[in-house]
Amino acid sequence: MEHAVQQLAPLAVTPAGFLWLIPLFPLLGAVINTTCGWWLQRKLGKPAIHIVAVGAMVLSFAVGCVAFAKMLGLPGEERFLQNTLWTVLTAGPVHVDLAFALDPLGMMMVLVVTGIGTLIHIFSIGYMAEDSAYWRFFAYLNLFIFSMLLLVMGDNFVVMFFGWEGVGLCSYLLIAFWYTDPAKAAAGMKAFVVNRIGDFGFILGLFLLFWGLGGAWQDMPGGKLAYQPIAAGQQVRIIADRVAVDGAVPVEEESVIEVGPTLNFRQLRDQVVVQATGVAQRLLHQKLFGFSLLAIVGILLFVGAMGKSAQLPLYVWLPDAMAGPTPVSALIHAATMVTAGVYMVARLNFIFALSPTAMGWVALIGALTALLAASIGFFQYDIKKVLAYSTVSQLGFMFIGVGVGAYWAGAYHLLTHAFFKAALFLGSGSVILACHHEQDMRKMGGLGKYMPTTQKTYLWACIAIAGFPIAGGFYSKDEILWKAFSQEHLALLGMPAAWLGPLIYCIGIITATGTAFYMFRSYYMTFTGEYRGGHNHGHETTPKESPLSITSVLVVLASGAVMASLIGLPASWTNQPPILEHFLEPSLPATVHFAEHPHWMEWAFQIIGVSAGAIGWLFARFLYLNGKSPVPGQLLARYKRAWTVVYNKYYVDEIYQATVVRGSLVFAGILSWIDSRLVDGVVNLAGVVTRLFANLDGAIDKYLVDGAVNLVANSTIAAGRGLRRVQTGRIQTYLYGALAGALVVVLLNFLIR
Amino acid sequence: MTEMMGHLSLSHFLVVGGLLFCFGLMTVLTRRNAVAMLMGIELILNGANVNLVAFNYYVAGGLSGQIFALFVIVLAAAEAAVGLAIILAIYQMIRSIDTANIASLRQ
Repeated sequence: MEHAVQQLAPLAVTPAGFLWLIPLFPLLGAVINTTCGWWLQRKLGKPAIHIVAVGAMVLSFAVGCVAFAKMLGLPGEERFLQNTLWTVLTAGPVHVDLAFALDPLGMMMVLVVTGIGTLIHIFSIGYMAEDSAYWRFFAYLNLFIFSMLLLVMGDNFVVMFFGWEGVGLCSYLLIAFWYTDPAKAAAGMKAFVVNRIGDFGFILGLFLLFWGLGGAWQDMPGGKLAYQPIAAGQQVRIIADRVAVDGAVPVEEESVIEVGPTLNFRQLRDQVVVQATGVAQRLLHQKLFGFSLLAIVGILLFVGAMGKSAQLPLYVWLPDAMAGPTPVSALIHAATMVTAGVYMVARLNFIFALSPTAMGWVALIGALTALLAASIGFFQYDIKKVLAYSTVSQLGFMFIGVGVGAYWAGAYHLLTHAFFKAALFLGSGSVILACHHEQDMRKMGGLGKYMPTTQKTYLWACIAIAGFPIAGGFYSKDEILWKAFSQEHLALLGMPAAWLGPLIYCIGIITATGTAFYMFRSYYMTFTGEYRGGHNHGHETTPKESPLSITSVLVVLASGAVMASLIGLPASWTNQPPILEHFLEPSLPATVHFAEHPHWMEWAFQIIGVSAGAIGWLFARFLYLNGKSPVPGQLLARYKRAWTVVYNKYYVDEIYQATVVRGSLVFAGILSWIDSRLVDGVVNLAGVVTRLFANLDGAIDKYLVDGAVNLVANSTIAAGRGLRRVQTGRIQTYLYGALAGALVVVLLNFLIR
Repeated sequence: MTEMMGHLSLSHFLVVGGLLFCFGLMTVLTRRNAVAMLMGIELILNGANVNLVAFNYYVAGGLSGQIFALFVIVLAAAEAAVGLAIILAIYQMIRSIDTANIASLRQ
């Protein structure tokens, strides 16, 4: 219940004029490497490229650390650094600035993005050393970091959405990095298209939210709907009570909150969170086609998160995204970009918290995704595919966290996941490098002998993800599941559903068991037993440990995965809120109610969590240690049919192919037919009619107008030809004429008289 | 002068003027020699002069008719000079003063 008593007041803004430097350095690095990278690489060699790229990352991380230090020096409610560069557009009361803001949540993301990003850049030096498009790789990586920083640092939806699209683009570029392979290029396109579908939902939700803030459709007596806008730039004055430190003198402070449509996160938060504005009440009662507007907004925004964070049913692109280079998988498709959806839900926690339906939806989808992806991960042989499904599954956990209202736990899992999944991916990258780009675990085995550092770091990351209390993953996962169990406000389709929490908890525990199983399966298959590869390449080579640039990064990430536990020690152990929860508190003003349970229950649940991980681990150990046990083969033979279904990912891709893809193709075919027959027919008809008219017009011009002109000319010529005879050139003839004329005049003179 | 004129009426003069005019006209119309045509024009002008002087004496009185006649004589002289000069120029060009041959303005 500690959320309920939180003092809710407008955010205090602390200006920080240097924030723009954080995204600037990666942008500069990207610009340098895109424009003259090929030249640098040819003239100065590959070190020049990675000095630029890694240097940009280190500088960016350093500025991030400065901002972090500045933030730590401020009191909790003032931890909101802001830096406005310039106004991008102004429309009525709405101002959109190119502005960056860092609250504790954004700060955490910036440190993760730049910190782990730097490590992965360093790893890439070793991993991509043989690639001829070295400069292109680093340019894309830097561009990605720039977009990601825009996403997390944006002060308003516009900057965030720019980053949101930017990371999608970079994801596409990097998945299809080896674009000469059609399968990899197709994977890139798949990721991009699926992300676009999600983005459409996101932007739709955004528009609805914007519209909802601006006015309301209300029933009129005649049965029609009327639009009632809030007056532009209307302001609400809030008298916030603040008790001075000594508790004796209450200090009254006046602050102004702008109410109305806004794209700015802080303004949105202030007007929704501070009850006196009435915006929250207003949003709660708004309906669209009979459904709660907030629920629709929340679900649509979550559709965006589904695309970016690979949730059901839009997760299909992430496993295919493993076609990209392994550092990309680690950076984009494990540590940073895919967490954008979680970040977005946590950032908008105050909106989601108003709609139990939206939250229930988020949590349920997260749980189902976690379970489904984990079960697919059981039987994959491609080491990166295992990690990909594991990522989808862990993202599901994060969405359980932010869905049930344990926003800080979701963010914490995001943090620990960034460490251990980056370590796992980079470990798999190290393995793949050692096995000459072999990704099939059946052709690995026994690598622990040859590459001890990789083995140890991979083991520690496995311990972290499996949920043993000696590493970070346990604390975040446990907190999420505990909160899921004790929540009591979720709803589905507007109906309160208290049973949803325990259900999600059960799914989560089963998934946690499965997670431990498939992670240790991959560990045992890769690192224990005898080396099974190296024969089909023609030359007998034993795998070698990777260079220092790779192993050092692995060590740092693995130790980070372990150390991350320190900032999330649960309240039941230390009797004070976890460090991270306390740190993130100013960012997460949502009030969500959780049931009170005694401490022993929390302990019991922690023990259940650990034993779930242990069961999974023991199973994996029993089945796959040293690759000697015959049991997996026997089980495989017995349950061949079920295995085939799961191994083929429940045929989800095929179902998509048969329904959505073919449906779109058929639809496109119909549209093409309409286009070529109907639309073109109309156009051609118009063309024929026009030509007909033109011909008619031409005829009129030719025969009527030209005829008249020619007639004049011809008659003139004829008249001239006739009169020419008169001019003989003989004076006598003329004189006869003159005489005749004179006689006529004389005669007329007589006649008329 | 007056007695001498006593049996002469205006008609006599007009007949003489008319005859002169007709002779002139006939000359101009029938002769193809350019000089002869000029001479015909002189006759026409002189016929007109006779009329002018006669009308002055019998009808109008005063001097105006006679001055008209004087101007016509001067005009005729000038006209003859210009006409002869043109004829001379034409003769030098085409070696003929037959108006049947002078038809280059026809085009």
